[in-house]
Amino acid sequence: MIWSFDIIVLIFLVIAAVIALSVRDLLASSMVLGIYSFLICILWAEMGAVDVAFTEAAVGAGVSTVIMIATVFQTTRKSKD
Amino acid sequence: MKPMKLAALLTVIVTGGLLLFATSDLPDWGDPLSPANASDLSTYYIQDSRDVTEVPNLVTAVLADYRGYDTMFETVVIFVAGLGILSILGQGKCEEPLAQPVASEQNRERDMITIITCRLVVPIIQIFALYVIAHGHYSPGGGFQGGVMLGSSFILIALTSGLPDALKRMSQERAIFLAGLGVLIYAGTGLVCMALGRNFLDYEILHKLMGGTGVKARYDSMLIVEIGVAFTVMAIMFIIYAVLSSKGRMRGGL
Repeated sequence: MIWSFDIIVLIFLVIAAVIALSVRDLLASSMVLGIYSFLICILWAEMGAVDVAFTEAAVGAGVSTVIMIATVFQTTRKSKD
Repeated sequence: MKPMKLAALLTVIVTGGLLLFATSDLPDWGDPLSPANASDLSTYYIQDSRDVTEVPNLVTAVLADYRGYDTMFETVVIFVAGLGILSILGQGKCEEPLAQPVASEQNRERDMITIITCRLVVPIIQIFALYVIAHGHYSPGGGFQGGVMLGSSFILIALTSGLPDALKRMSQERAIFLAGLGVLIYAGTGLVCMALGRNFLDYEILHKLMGGTGVKARYDSMLIVEIGVAFTVMAIMFIIYAVLSSKGRMRGGL
């Protein structure tokens, strides 16, 4: 476990999470969630859980981002609150 | 509204603090004496699974063999989730043209470069997905990951060439059929084990049908159930995308 690398990834995770929550544009929000998934994936891979990292990259960062974006296009793009 | 928000903030802070406090009880990262590493069961998996199943990737052995029930019902959950989305949002087959054409279908110009690039990339994705499924015994991967990649290759076609083009290759009926087939392959393997007089998903007895030893039968059966998982995951991922991107009309799309 490389502590400095871990801390950088964790800081970016928190930033990505805050951005995903605060941004009004739902399309941008779902893309930031994709980045969040990818950072988590890096964290899994770095901890040695390569199978989980692979699943996270394929499902979390890949397909679910696309599905969320597809859903955003069918609803309103701006968050109301 | 304001006091409610304050109460919510307080609840979140207290819960978060409790969770952070609880993490101090968790074992250290990579602690050899943690319950996950030192229990009899884990020791057995680590020491004996290679001899009993011949699978070098311990994760696959645990996932597809020792915890076969878990993986089977995960597959069933995905299957049911896809059918649920289809039955809530889907509007059945749309053979006759709608009263108003879908907005995104109207003379939409698609970019030639993206279409051709993705057509070149899709076969590579699919072959890599097949590799991931087949090579799950040796390297990270397996049915779930490979299935998602196969599904995403169809999603890529739908994104670039349009949903009708993707539905030509993987129609709604075919996807539902493949999803059911995947669960059937998995559960059927278990039932064959039962028919031969062992427990559900106890693959060892399958050597009577496949030939070879019991160890080899476990090795091969894991591949069979991974293929079943891949079928279901691929079809359901595509169905979810197709339904959500077209508001259930199965036409138009993004």
